[in-house]
Amino acid sequence: MFSILANHWPAFWSGFLFTLASSLIALAGSLIIGVVFALLEISEHKGWRIVGRIYVEIFRNIPLLVITMFFYIVIPMFFSKVSGFTAGTIGLTIYTSAFIAETVRAGIEAVDLGQMEAARSNGLTYTQAMVHIVFPQAIKMTIPPLGNQFINLVKNSSVLAFVAGFDLMYQGNVIASTTFDTSNTYLAVGLLYLILTLPLSYFMRYLEKKWA
Amino acid sequence: MANFAQAYSWLNIRFLLEGLWVTVEISVVAIILSFIIGGLLGLLRYIKIKYLSAIVGFVIDIIRNLPLLLILFFTFFGLPNIGIRPDVILAAILAMTVFESAMVAEIIRSGIQAVDPGQMEAARSNGMTYWQAMQHVVLPQAIKKMIPPLVSQFVSLIKDTSLATIIMLPELMYHAQIIYGQNTNYVLPMFLALAVLYFIVCYTLSWLSRLLDRRLGA
Repeated sequence: MFSILANHWPAFWSGFLFTLASSLIALAGSLIIGVVFALLEISEHKGWRIVGRIYVEIFRNIPLLVITMFFYIVIPMFFSKVSGFTAGTIGLTIYTSAFIAETVRAGIEAVDLGQMEAARSNGLTYTQAMVHIVFPQAIKMTIPPLGNQFINLVKNSSVLAFVAGFDLMYQGNVIASTTFDTSNTYLAVGLLYLILTLPLSYFMRYLEKKWA
Repeated sequence: MANFAQAYSWLNIRFLLEGLWVTVEISVVAIILSFIIGGLLGLLRYIKIKYLSAIVGFVIDIIRNLPLLLILFFTFFGLPNIGIRPDVILAAILAMTVFESAMVAEIIRSGIQAVDPGQMEAARSNGMTYWQAMQHVVLPQAIKKMIPPLVSQFVSLIKDTSLATIIMLPELMYHAQIIYGQNTNYVLPMFLALAVLYFIVCYTLSWLSRLLDRRLGA
């Protein structure tokens, strides 16, 4: 395992960086989209609530692979060509944003309703009350599950291998098929994924315990 | 660019449904196996037997933090390298079960842990043995907490069976790819069909769990 890691280090390292880049871009994108749809889901207007709900339910219940392949295969038929990395990262962003919307919505709803009412009756607008009263309390409840979503995101980024996205999984497959030492190559790939996910996973468990 | 009427010929629809059936079969087998194995492992981790629980816990953490796709590659392409040759179906079930068992174990453990320790203490001080207290007091409360995360895990599992298309498991995604591989006019209709079919299966499962949730009054 270690000899294969050393012999093919440039490819492994480049895959590792692509996986990290795709995960970070998708994290930023899905956080923004996820928060927007979470806010729609708890909106005071029924129309927005329905829009939020539909988005979340659709993308939570369709496989990431289907969403990614859609961007890789279907979109280029009607618009311009999309690279594997882009298609994969867009797929990851959309898929994850639905889960983040759920997480954020649950976090906001876990804040006592009285907090919002108290803030409103003290003259704050809905937006002010959200920003200054509800959000700060919701964030603490949201961070551990958001961390877990990020771990899922890193793991799910392996879907880039399906669309030649040059990520860790893709490079692993290339190395496995050239060296024929499949078992050791995949163990090496696993080790590199664990470097990204395992410490984060333990840190989230620590936070959960600390803030519980 | 897209020909829906031809793409949804009876022949193609039947082929898709055959794929869907494999998806459901593989998912059900993996769900049952991972529920049993994950349940035992989660309990084992919770009751803290010296060394054993720590080792089990570490292995669970390793597996949980790896991509399922990697585990799938390992079972199908990696294992033959060390002399074990599972066929496609066995490799898919093995990979899903290993991965999901670890996920389920963690859900079970955190579900039990979420029950107030006072419940166990109260049951013990009323004369119950550890296992009686576990069975009659702690587990019934824990199960209520576990149902929502377990169901969403199983929904994930159903979606994740699509990854097995890469080892040519004849499931829904694979069959759709075969159909749209024949004719580019079928690409869009097939993706629409994939989205609808997966959605129906996954949404029904989440809907059933909400129903169950309300019944249990959790």
